[in-house]
Amino acid sequence: MSDEAFTSARLPGASAIHFRPVTVERRRIRVGLILVSLAFLGLFLVLPVVAVFVEALRGGLPAFTEAIFEPDAAAAIRLTLLVAAISVPCNLVFGVAAAWAIAKFDFKGKSLLNTLIDLPFSVSPVIAGLIYILMFGSQSLLGPWLKSEGIQVIFAVPGIVLATIFVTFPFVARELIPLMEEQGRGDEEAALSLGASGFQVFFRVTLPNVKWALLYGVLLCNARAMGEFGAVSVVSGHIRGLTNTMPLHVEILYNEYNFAAAFAVASLLALLALFTLVVKSVLEWRYAEEIAATRRH
Amino acid sequence: MAATTIASVRKSSVIPGFGLALGVTLTYLSLIVLIPLAGLFWRSASGGLDEFIRISTDPRTLAALRLSFTTSFVAALVNLVFGMILAWVLVRYRFPGRRFIDAVIDLPFALPTAVAGIALTALYAPNGWIGSWLAPFGIRIAYTETGIIIALIFIGLPFVVRSVQPVLEDLDREVEEVAATLGATRRQTVRRVVFPALLPALLTGFALAFARAVGEYGSVIFIAGNSPYKTEIAPLLIVIKLEEFAYSGATTIAVLMLIASFLILLAINLIQSWSRRRYGDV
Repeated sequence: MSDEAFTSARLPGASAIHFRPVTVERRRIRVGLILVSLAFLGLFLVLPVVAVFVEALRGGLPAFTEAIFEPDAAAAIRLTLLVAAISVPCNLVFGVAAAWAIAKFDFKGKSLLNTLIDLPFSVSPVIAGLIYILMFGSQSLLGPWLKSEGIQVIFAVPGIVLATIFVTFPFVARELIPLMEEQGRGDEEAALSLGASGFQVFFRVTLPNVKWALLYGVLLCNARAMGEFGAVSVVSGHIRGLTNTMPLHVEILYNEYNFAAAFAVASLLALLALFTLVVKSVLEWRYAEEIAATRRH
Repeated sequence: MAATTIASVRKSSVIPGFGLALGVTLTYLSLIVLIPLAGLFWRSASGGLDEFIRISTDPRTLAALRLSFTTSFVAALVNLVFGMILAWVLVRYRFPGRRFIDAVIDLPFALPTAVAGIALTALYAPNGWIGSWLAPFGIRIAYTETGIIIALIFIGLPFVVRSVQPVLEDLDREVEEVAATLGATRRQTVRRVVFPALLPALLTGFALAFARAVGEYGSVIFIAGNSPYKTEIAPLLIVIKLEEFAYSGATTIAVLMLIASFLILLAINLIQSWSRRRYGDV
């Protein structure tokens, strides 16, 4: 990029005069800032991802596939898929309900509700796991009753699902609320006045208006649900083949100095992250206006 | 119950489904977030004040809390500076690869923290890609505080960029032109016209990055070394206490972390509203 790219005017009889708009920095500063940005991102964001794939394939393709299809790894992948399959729909229903209430109606305590929905973002994942241990663990009030009924929550799948729901709680609501607030109520009111029922309004008017933001929220929620480590680690009990999710399996392999296998499983999670980013970027470029409002979080 | 009291004060609207939507929202919010969090505080209070003070003044607890908050602060500061530069470059300049950068910024949101942790360790360990270059100079990054800060920079970066970017996009360039016509140099314009307008967004991004960093666990524990009093972060100490079945210890540290984070977020909110009043809402 050069200064010449901005404005150049040719006066009769004179050589070209170049202007730099007053709201643009000198070329030296511009190039410098761009280079600083590229270096920073390359070092801090791109290089770690490259490292994951290089380390994963260091032992060759056979070792890579063996690490992924080994029974404990396969069990971890299945459990991760199961946990995401339960927690994402729960948060999807909640997110839609919360956005409908907040965006389409005025009521007292709305801003408090907004703040409370964001609360899980500022709670440490470890604390998220801890609160469920205090609630359902053997030392809790519910503990003796749960034991007599033979229900195990902590160190079992229900605890992992609960902890995952907590940490991914706000994602769908966060994407929907600003967009639906911006879109207002006019479309819905028009549909109602034309005789549509409540469900028709929701599925034919509201949902098509927010479908891309909804999809993006679900994708982010899913990426975080499958990748959650801290909260799940506290409640899982780390039982190989039973309560190990993929991130926990990565940790166990890594602590056993089985680096190639650890990075092999990690590379699957990294692929999921890259897939999420690619879909997000495509959505953003194609539906820039719709998504623009939702980026402000 | 709460839904009906709130419903009774809402303004009338022809759109149906308010009771159902708010009922689902409040029930779910209470069951998943509010009641379990209240349980944490209740459990902590039932342990008694003496126990609370004994654990919170324990040198190991204090060292862990100090480490968590100082490393998070430094990481958030680094993110403030580079996040500002990144947002500026993304909004103001056009260059090849801009869209790629814009997409890459969100990587820490999408990449699982454990994956980030082992990847950063592979880079910065003494025998790692970068670490092996630095080792001959006696510079160690992994298993020191610097390693913790690097992991926290990684996970906090998008917060500042994504807070500043939309504000910068909406900023009216004419104001800068006016400043220039009135004789301000470019540096003066940026410092005295643009920067104050971005300040609230910068503070928001800083607060979000800081809050996230204080609670971060997955990406830090691999690179931190985790030795007590030196490189043991507060969330890790909670996990250690839980593994020792020292529930009151874990609960106390959790409550201290939540209170401290809350106070810092409150302080930043106050500064923010002050700067909005001072410079006007842009």
